[in-house]
Amino acid sequence: MSDYNFAYLDEQTKRMIRRAILKGLAVPGYQVPFASREMPMPYGWGTGGVQVSAATLTPEDTFKVIDQGADDTTNAVSIRKFFERTAGVATTEETEKASVIQTRHRIPEAELTEDQILVYQVPIPEPLRFLEPRETETRKMHALQEYGLMHVKLYEDISQHGAIATSYAYPVKVSDRYVMDPSPIPKFDNPKMEMAAIQLFGAGREQRIYAVPPYTKVVSLDFEDYPFEASKADHPCDLCAAEDSYLDEVILDDAGNRMFVCSDTDYCRSRREAGHVGRLGEEAAA
Amino acid sequence: MYVAVKGGERAIDNAHAWLAEERRGDTSVAELSLAQIREQLALAVNRVMAEGSLFDPDLAALAIKQSRGDLIEAIFLIRAYRTTLPRFGYTLPVETGAMACDRRISATFKDAPGGQVLGPTFDYTHRLLDFKLAAEGEAVEAPTSAPRTEPTPHITEFLQGEDIIEREPSSDAQPGDLTREPMAFPADRSVRLQSLTRGDEGFILGMAYSTQRGYARNHAFVGELRIGTVAVEMEIPELGFAIEIGEVELTECETVNQFKGSKTVPPQFTRGYGLVFGQSERKSIAMALVDRALRWKELGEDNLGAAAQDEEFVLSHSDNIQATGFLEHIKLPHYVDFQSELELVRKLRREAAEAVEQMAAKEAAE
Repeated sequence: MSDYNFAYLDEQTKRMIRRAILKGLAVPGYQVPFASREMPMPYGWGTGGVQVSAATLTPEDTFKVIDQGADDTTNAVSIRKFFERTAGVATTEETEKASVIQTRHRIPEAELTEDQILVYQVPIPEPLRFLEPRETETRKMHALQEYGLMHVKLYEDISQHGAIATSYAYPVKVSDRYVMDPSPIPKFDNPKMEMAAIQLFGAGREQRIYAVPPYTKVVSLDFEDYPFEASKADHPCDLCAAEDSYLDEVILDDAGNRMFVCSDTDYCRSRREAGHVGRLGEEAAA
Repeated sequence: MYVAVKGGERAIDNAHAWLAEERRGDTSVAELSLAQIREQLALAVNRVMAEGSLFDPDLAALAIKQSRGDLIEAIFLIRAYRTTLPRFGYTLPVETGAMACDRRISATFKDAPGGQVLGPTFDYTHRLLDFKLAAEGEAVEAPTSAPRTEPTPHITEFLQGEDIIEREPSSDAQPGDLTREPMAFPADRSVRLQSLTRGDEGFILGMAYSTQRGYARNHAFVGELRIGTVAVEMEIPELGFAIEIGEVELTECETVNQFKGSKTVPPQFTRGYGLVFGQSERKSIAMALVDRALRWKELGEDNLGAAAQDEEFVLSHSDNIQATGFLEHIKLPHYVDFQSELELVRKLRREAAEAVEQMAAKEAAE
């Protein structure tokens, strides 16, 4: 793959993407249009995140890729391999050691630092899309801060179901201005978005980049009497006994037995190495 | 017992190896050469070049071979390759009026300068399976004659002479390029046409068909359909003039559509335009119909709410590489999101059941 430029994209394209990233950082939560390129992986499989990572990586970086919180899911493996080949950067599965982390659907459990960049893969960047399919309309609504429709949707949820029936991709307001789609992370992760690291969001097919600078105010939309609640399965992790991490549910047999394990595989591994043992931790280690 | 899903990397490598074996198929059957695909599956090659936006029959043949004949996959391979190519510059606009036509027909005039030339068409074949082809038939030689030397002007020029068809405004403005600038709405006609010519043949066909069946109906006559090769010229700065750097095969379709006129424009004919790489007749006619339907605003026609009139709808969904990528991505793991939905639905059901119980208890107490 030495025929390709560092991190695959040519320098002109990377400059174009960096300009979009800088604009995104300057206007937090605003969706910046960019001339997304056709990547050698399908649209919808992280081409936006891959382009943002390609424009962000330097040869000195250490790169981590997670999908559903895990480093070993097939698409995470595929993207990590792509950058190992085209950029030759060091890769890691350890959250603390990574300088750039590309993610799909999760924010790592370990707190990120000012020296880190979190790159999200975004399928539909427009939080208003399912309320109004037209881009021409939603751009106007953002310009005028006309977010009433979103509040009506949340209100209708409460009136019909007694609760806000959005469990992932839960809309947030960034820096008191733009309503933003946090990408399809579970709402459990929303409070983590006020963080020390830079957060960049890339939507390749939809040709949009947006960003949240460090320590920026990010508020999940709610009502005073129905406050936002970050929820997760009401169990500890069955491998590492963590009570504070987001859990995946695994079906064990056809008799209805389940186990719950950390979706963040690195977090779970580091806890087990530190001696924490969950309900089924002994069996799994055996 | 729970086993962590490790070994994704090895699984991927093994899947790729299996794919390569399946691609080759039964090794006792001779392997396809790229030349065989290029020469004998030429219309598939044409479609891959048109929707891949790259005129290179050999690369298109390679893509078809690599994709096991999945043309959308082949188009994807070409697109991904295309974006990595350096751009040396832009050619001059091609002169389709000077096309060396293999085929040229008009549905609006019985005869016209340049004549009606059927060319290599399926049109009047009876669709009967030809079992001779199954038994490695002899090469067929078509009768030949001297090529026509007279010029083949565009049919619409004759209508223009009478001033009965709209004039295309001439412009030296740089056309848009959606591979370099993000799509924005409203899109100008050059970007719309670029999007349509790259768009999925099936999607454009369906959109065009919907206009024929009454969703924003605008009856189209095929003023002209021509297929042939045109010279590609480029200005070389060091030389100071344009030289021919090659030729490409194109299909061009111009439709002539009725127009009742508006407050500002007297009744006249209007145009739809289709231009596609290779012999891509169905696609170019469909493109012309959709182009015409999308022009309702500039012509002062009514918005009938039809899908084919809706620029944002048509252009946002015509690209099969975008569509197939997003469609197929739902195969990827979504268990984090699904888990959050599971928790939510369980909670809502629990609350609903509790409400029913409370109701029953209350009724019993009364």
